[in-house]
Amino acid sequence: MSIDGKGTPPVLEVDGVSVSFGSRNILHNVSFELRAGEFTGLIGSNGVGKTTLLRVILGLQPISTGSVRVLGAPLSKRSRALGYVPQKVLLDPDVPMRARDLVALGLDAHKFGFSRRSATEREKVEEILVAVDAESFADARIGSLSGGEQQRVLIAHALISSPKLLLLDEPLANLDPGSVQEVVALLHRVAKDHGVSILLSAHEMNALLPVMDRIVYVSNGRVASGTTDEVVRSDVLSELYGHHVDVIQLHGRIFVVAEPGTSAEDVPEHPRYQVD
Amino acid sequence: MHFFLEPGFFSNAPVRTALLLGAVVAAVSAVVGVITVVRSQSFAGHALTDVATAGGSGAYYLGVGALWGFLGGSLAGAGAMELIGVQRVRRRDLATGIVLGAATGLSALFLYLDTTVKATTGATQQILFGSIFSVSSSTIPYVAIFGGLVVLMMAIMRRPLLLTSLSSEIASSQGVRVRMVGVLFMFCLAVSVGLSSIAIGSILSTALLIGPAATALRVARSIAAATFLAIGLGIISTWLGILLAYDSFYWDPSSQGLPVSFFIVAICFVFYVFSGIALSRRRAQETRRPVATDSALSAEGR
Ligand SMILES: Nc1ncnc2c1ncn2[C@@H]1O[C@H](COP(=O)(O)OP(=O)(O)O)[C@@H](O)[C@H]1O
Ligand SMILES: [Mg+2]
Repeated sequence: MSIDGKGTPPVLEVDGVSVSFGSRNILHNVSFELRAGEFTGLIGSNGVGKTTLLRVILGLQPISTGSVRVLGAPLSKRSRALGYVPQKVLLDPDVPMRARDLVALGLDAHKFGFSRRSATEREKVEEILVAVDAESFADARIGSLSGGEQQRVLIAHALISSPKLLLLDEPLANLDPGSVQEVVALLHRVAKDHGVSILLSAHEMNALLPVMDRIVYVSNGRVASGTTDEVVRSDVLSELYGHHVDVIQLHGRIFVVAEPGTSAEDVPEHPRYQVD
Repeated sequence: MHFFLEPGFFSNAPVRTALLLGAVVAAVSAVVGVITVVRSQSFAGHALTDVATAGGSGAYYLGVGALWGFLGGSLAGAGAMELIGVQRVRRRDLATGIVLGAATGLSALFLYLDTTVKATTGATQQILFGSIFSVSSSTIPYVAIFGGLVVLMMAIMRRPLLLTSLSSEIASSQGVRVRMVGVLFMFCLAVSVGLSSIAIGSILSTALLIGPAATALRVARSIAAATFLAIGLGIISTWLGILLAYDSFYWDPSSQGLPVSFFIVAICFVFYVFSGIALSRRRAQETRRPVATDSALSAEGR
């Protein structure tokens, strides 16, 4: 997938979006764009508004100012151009639902009616299960699967409607390091094979560095976006945080470090927890 | 000398009415019950039975047909719960509890009036615990129409309902009208509770709603299979209960026989206990799947 030419609109345009809960401004005048086929990381520490921003893009969260356009068109609630894997989906192990049942619901759960699934649709379910390496547990109860397996099933559910943009909210949180690598590699492959853009939120960017085309860095209700080299720099991030931070590269990993004395809570990666 | 299946069993008109009514009510309860359990709304279902009690006892006092009292009561209860906020997970228990409390107070009032003012001593027994043999056969068409409507609605909205029940967040992102689906389901739940109140009494209708469904969900491999299994279990429990109650007339000559509802609920419970064995077998199988071992165990330990 190559970056598109002048003719096609961006997959996503977020323009001057502000969100507040009561008197609290969570997002303030946020703007950025995503282009076709790109893998974008939405990076920021806990509570900065990543989930809120993803819900804005899905049309689930009202905004006080600004606009969101998907494929050049204003946001509509029922858009099938977007796939979504929410944060922390709790799947009950006592519900007899197979992985393939959940994936199939991605085709038709928004419709009322009696219709049976066609052979083509059932084939599509098989294909997508293979694409996310989920064939081996396709008939197991979803609630009994491991975190990484559930993540793959949820990705398949989101992908089956052939969205142009896949939104994933902290899909790597609570996974063991091996599963993190697997899910990241899977998403990278799926993005290339299916020509789908990915916007993935995370509070830790290092696992994404090998695959990330662009980054949208959130702090203080504002964002900085661009390539990793353009954004993850001391001057850009210090401006965003409102106080001085250093960006340190070590063994191919990046650490954002606040000066001693400044409040370090909103700095996502603190070296004490990162160096292993 | 008496046979377990007395020769007169099927030629007895109240028995035939009871068998028909019991089958319809058991089937509707099973279809709604499976989703009620999946949505973790058993408590809401139980609260509706309390409102149905208030409606049923009120209808008794006013001399209106009990079916209309039960249906009116549980539908009004569902409406009240909806207004207070049963759809929002965090307010769900609260909404349910408030409606339950208010309804139980009303039931106390109406049952008191029924037994004192109207001097109908059987009222309490009949409303709370049912009297399937005394249901008039003219009630059957109404039960069939309302039951058919509920099953039809549940069939039409099965996919949106299922996804909403698994994760309302995923469902709404896919364009499911989560709120509308929730309201329609509450309607089905209320009608189902109203119908089964007529058959086995308002208090016990929870047992028929949840019992077969919970049993089926333990052993089935899909929601569709669980639904059909629950229908089968519900009908078997109801028919066997009717047969045993009929038979119990002969157990002790001095008695009037034992209540049907007791047998139905007891059989539902026995099925549930036995399904525990099937469940532990399945768990053992799942644990043998190497990849899922950790999560299956940690899910157990929650
Ligand atoms: N519905 C809501 N009502 C009030 N405050 C909210 C709501 N949703 C989120 N918030 C607040 O908005 C902030 C951003 O939340 P969120 O978008 O979930 O952050 P993140 O996903 O980056 O951890 C948090 O402080 C959270 O408490
Ligand atoms: Mg979040």
